[in-house]
Amino acid sequence: MRHTLAVLVENHFGVLARVAGLFSRRGFNIESLAVGPTEDPTISRMTIIVEGDVRMRDQMVNQMNKLIDVISVQALAPEATVGRELALIKVRANPRNRSEIMQIVDVFRGQVVDVGKESLMIELTGDESKVGALLEVLAEYGVLEVARTGAVALARGTSGVAGEGAGGAGADTPATGSGPGDMGDSYA
Amino acid sequence: MGGERIAGTGAEMVVQGLLREGADTVFGHPGGAILPVYDALHGSAIQHYLMRHEQGAAHAADGFARAGGRVGVCIATSGPGATNLLTGLANAHMDSIGIVALTGQVGLPLLGSDAFQEADTIGMTMPVVKHSYLVRETGEIPRVLHEAFHIAGTGRPGPVVVDLPKNLTAGHGAAEWPVGVPRIRGYRPTTPAPSEDDFERAVRALEQAERPLLMIGGGVVKSRAQAEVLALAEALGCPVISTLMGLGAIPGSHPAHLGMMGMHGTPVANIATTQTDLLVGVGVRFDDRVTGALRGFAPRAKILHLDIDRAEIGKNVEACVALVGDVRQTLSLLLPRLAGCSVRHPWLPEIDADMRPEDGRPFGYPRERFSNGRISGPDTVQAIYRATRGQAIVVTDVGQHQMWAAQYYPFERIGQFITSGGLGTMGFGLPAAIGAQVARPGDSVVCMTGDGSFQMTLQELAVVREHDLPLKIVIFNNGHLGMVRQWQEMFHQERYSYSAISSPDYVKLAEAYGIAAMRTGRGDELDDVIRRAVELPGPVLVEVEQVADENCWPIVPAGKALDGMIVRPAAKQMRV
Repeated sequence: MRHTLAVLVENHFGVLARVAGLFSRRGFNIESLAVGPTEDPTISRMTIIVEGDVRMRDQMVNQMNKLIDVISVQALAPEATVGRELALIKVRANPRNRSEIMQIVDVFRGQVVDVGKESLMIELTGDESKVGALLEVLAEYGVLEVARTGAVALARGTSGVAGEGAGGAGADTPATGSGPGDMGDSYA
Repeated sequence: MGGERIAGTGAEMVVQGLLREGADTVFGHPGGAILPVYDALHGSAIQHYLMRHEQGAAHAADGFARAGGRVGVCIATSGPGATNLLTGLANAHMDSIGIVALTGQVGLPLLGSDAFQEADTIGMTMPVVKHSYLVRETGEIPRVLHEAFHIAGTGRPGPVVVDLPKNLTAGHGAAEWPVGVPRIRGYRPTTPAPSEDDFERAVRALEQAERPLLMIGGGVVKSRAQAEVLALAEALGCPVISTLMGLGAIPGSHPAHLGMMGMHGTPVANIATTQTDLLVGVGVRFDDRVTGALRGFAPRAKILHLDIDRAEIGKNVEACVALVGDVRQTLSLLLPRLAGCSVRHPWLPEIDADMRPEDGRPFGYPRERFSNGRISGPDTVQAIYRATRGQAIVVTDVGQHQMWAAQYYPFERIGQFITSGGLGTMGFGLPAAIGAQVARPGDSVVCMTGDGSFQMTLQELAVVREHDLPLKIVIFNNGHLGMVRQWQEMFHQERYSYSAISSPDYVKLAEAYGIAAMRTGRGDELDDVIRRAVELPGPVLVEVEQVADENCWPIVPAGKALDGMIVRPAAKQMRV
């Protein structure tokens, strides 16, 4: 089962190492991890996608809550979460198939951000399955390079990973079992 | 936070900060990067013990914390000083002991340049500390120290490293002394009390149980919940078993106490876990040495788990009800709710004759007996028990003698048994005993150690002499790494690979350090020798020549469930 953990951490040096070290020494697998600043300059936000059963997820949440630099952790419920990642995809293209590729990109609501003599660079935002689907379609043209950010995610509505005092909230917010693909809105 | 202002060098802030935190005793070893701090220690009100190795400093701070019930402090320089601390930090981390380790670091301009005696102390210690700080400005020092002591000593205690770049301790700065409880938004040592619903479910589980079993651990020692645990035991009327770390949490002589459980626990305690239908774990973390193979652990039982650390709930075993919080507070909320409920379920485990110790009694530990006046491990522990009237603080090393100490010295009070449980650190004994004796100068402290363990940190004898600490050190010398030898005999087809170990002449060694020493290998004089050692003022080392190939019983072989323990020595060992 896949889980999305929303983590607010102190914006100190070394915090990423503490979180990553915790995951590696306890044998938890990180599928993706995205870090960035928040509206508060002293706080960074991590979105961590992990694989494991519910018990393992609760362990991850509880162990992370023990890190002093972790302010709060929440396991986001898939049905109440919007998750997105950004992908830059460089695909082989020539004057003959360029417009065909651009049509496909359009259907996925992606954008062409660079055109070269023999390639196109595409920017796509979406959940993991959407990015995967586009990559699958583009495979026949020849995908030259891919850079993906890993997912960032927020809970829908006003609920969030509140700041102080919200510790342990994740353990009380059980995710219902579901795979990727049923988060986020619909797309072509 | 309108504290009083301080302006001065970083090192002065360190020393004054320590005093403000009540840390008037520290264990350390100086070196280049920590020199400014040592300069400020000179002539200060802090009593510094110059340990002969930084590992000893960490263990001494650890023993000091366990015996004194407050945060211990150790100091080391950068690079090798910090790497030498590692074992001690890991040991304190595994046993949840609050210590603050101050380490020198190369100056900030040199950081990351592979400078002389530079090591990535923060990175290196990260997996074995509760938290760590690399100080970035001199003015941060008061706040960082205040937070470090708070984090080390509250919640589930643990080691905290404060890494101090030399240019900051040598340099000047200004700050305000922080006052009150530090506000750290990511740290909440006190959890809200369990919900009414959780308490109700706990009470219901206790009512429905027919054979509840109370299992107590190190968390009871840390929260000093002796009275509450006793009250619970009496309310339930059920047997009590203890982990290694929980020994002393209730008196060993208590009639409901079945003794230690786990790999070398009493047969009756281990069998009890297979017969209970409700295991009430208080301040325990269900370590593998305690549970045996998890699949076969407490097979008929639901588990009611009380612990301060939410991450321990469900980590190794599934709990049907969990009450998270300091166990003393939780119990004091639970106990009144038991009044008037039918939670009293006295019972005793049924134990087969072949699981009983050799003399056929239901309780106690099986042991080997030897003729010709040869001395066994249990003999030595019992002689120490008699000579100290059961009142000593016992500090052990790791191995067979440690298990015998746990088995044959019934501890009556919290803080009486100091041992390296989680990490199993050979070499812990002597320096930890130094820390314990410093914390409790008026108490009788006995360090029980093995010839293998003692040789790992024996250099600290110099500290014992220097401060004339009235420690009694008893070396159980069987010429072997006894537990390794036992495993090789039982599980490696008697291939004794490097488990025989030679020793120096310990009596001469002690004399070289200026410490009185005695030696015996005769059962008929053991009591007399130990009594004389205990009665002699000042430090005494006693070498007891033990049977070379004695085994520690019972034993749950690795990978077996607790009822798979081997109770009786094989025929070969039943010699006369």
